[in-house]
Amino acid sequence: MKSGSNLEKVLAAGHFSVTAECGPPRGADPEIVRKKAAFVRGHVDACNVTDNQTAMVRMSSLAGCMLIKEQGIEPLIQMVVRDRNRIALQSDLLGASALGVRNLLCLSGDHQKFGDDPQAKNVFDIDSMQLIHLVRTMRDEGVFPSGDKLEGAPQFFIGCAVNPFADPFEIRVPRLKLKIDAGADFVQTQCIYNMDKFKKYMEDARKEGLHEKVKILAGVTPLKSAGMAKFMRRMVAGMDIPEAVIERIAAEPKDKQAAKGIEMCIEQIEELKEVEGVAGVHVMAIEWEEKLEEIIGGAGLLPRPVLV
Amino acid sequence: MITGTPKPIEEVLEMLEPYDNIIVAGCHGCVTVCRVGGEKEVQVLASTIRLAREAAGNKINIKEVSLERQCDPEYVESMRPYVGDYQAVLSIACGAGIQFLAEKFTTTPLLPGINTGFLGVTERQGEWAERCQGCGDCVLHLTGGICPVTRCAKSLFHGPCGGSVRGICEVDKEIKCGWQLIIDRLKALGQMENYGKLKPYKGWSSARDGGPRRIIREDMIS
Ligand code: SF4
Ligand code: SF4
Repeated sequence: MKSGSNLEKVLAAGHFSVTAECGPPRGADPEIVRKKAAFVRGHVDACNVTDNQTAMVRMSSLAGCMLIKEQGIEPLIQMVVRDRNRIALQSDLLGASALGVRNLLCLSGDHQKFGDDPQAKNVFDIDSMQLIHLVRTMRDEGVFPSGDKLEGAPQFFIGCAVNPFADPFEIRVPRLKLKIDAGADFVQTQCIYNMDKFKKYMEDARKEGLHEKVKILAGVTPLKSAGMAKFMRRMVAGMDIPEAVIERIAAEPKDKQAAKGIEMCIEQIEELKEVEGVAGVHVMAIEWEEKLEEIIGGAGLLPRPVLV
Repeated sequence: MITGTPKPIEEVLEMLEPYDNIIVAGCHGCVTVCRVGGEKEVQVLASTIRLAREAAGNKINIKEVSLERQCDPEYVESMRPYVGDYQAVLSIACGAGIQFLAEKFTTTPLLPGINTGFLGVTERQGEWAERCQGCGDCVLHLTGGICPVTRCAKSLFHGPCGGSVRGICEVDKEIKCGWQLIIDRLKALGQMENYGKLKPYKGWSSARDGGPRRIIREDMIS
């Protein structure tokens, strides 16, 4: 065991794992996190807490992690390199580990232009690939990147994100390989809607044997409506939602589209379970955490294994 | 070259409010090439200021000069004999040139007439684009001759990020994804093996982050 996290154990035991995500609130109210946590508890092996996603200022990921941890959920801290240089990143890694956070997701972060403060200075001192490498160095060698010995190495199950749908497609598998070389233990993918393309991606990854070196959690997001699907396709760079998917949900009357979205999400998880090399799912029910039980249960993934 | 854009005339006029006897100083270097601070721009700017001040009933006397380079002491010194006869200098050279004048003429206020931009190239007449951030440790040999620091909006060393779509950067549909360009180039050069290597953390101490920089060439110091 590298970190001893629940997620790591569940995956190591060969279970099809489930993670979800919680976006912290745009304010200091801890109750909002606790309410979301109540929908997540018991349904996942770990729960991501996002780090100022889309560059909108939110409660810090670490604070969110502690709040859900208090509620009995294993946290997975997301860390972007947009806002912190290597000094701040190392320090926050040590702090998170000291507070018992055992899972980490290393990200570049959306550009600040999308958020509240487009005038902010960005950092990008190291990139997400190098952050993975930095954490691995600290964890496995017990030293700072500078070479100084750590007074206690941080323990993390190290994750990264991949977007199989960004361009150029042919670089996506080599880039995953690079992340594995850097030290990634697991991967969470961007929301998948284009299953054909994802399967092609997995096929390429399998050819390189990557599925044996890293745990791949396939990302899904239930659609609430045809409108949401179209909006996401238009607004989120690298989001690939095929016409057929939109047509299918749009064919329902408005008040039935949400139910259809959930049905489609469950179907998709069932299909993902059959894809060789997919070790679990990452369910991003954005501001829709109350549906997690229905989705995860519907896909036959409840109850979650309890390991000691 | 160093590029720039003229400051809005309102901003320039506001800076000039306290003065009625000034120099407008251009430069024959980069700012001439990108048509923002050469001899011609000095003339145009001086006339515009004169007209505006006349219309406001608050005339101003302007001496027009253009130095070979405002970033070189020998040319800057040529202004010394008369600079004290004026209340201020409005310079339309780059930020380095403006500061050099300020440094040399310690009792004369120096005002910037342009907003200095970036190190770039002329992509076509009237269009300039950034190419280098002067990071002090060039990696172009590893990245197909395309700069990841400058051309990637996140200065990633292992791009492209998940926001790269059809060669366009997530930041703006007018910006090409630098990493798509790098990969295209590496492919064309048959150097894709460079992509697959983990690159060491960038040392930024040779960039601005190490504090103001200086280059000393012992062989040239007499
Ligand atoms: S790597 Fe540094 S020196 Fe080379 S082009 Fe980019 S910014 Fe300029
Ligand atoms: S889309 Fe390309 S240029 Fe833009 S931030 Fe991502 S990798 Fe960099």
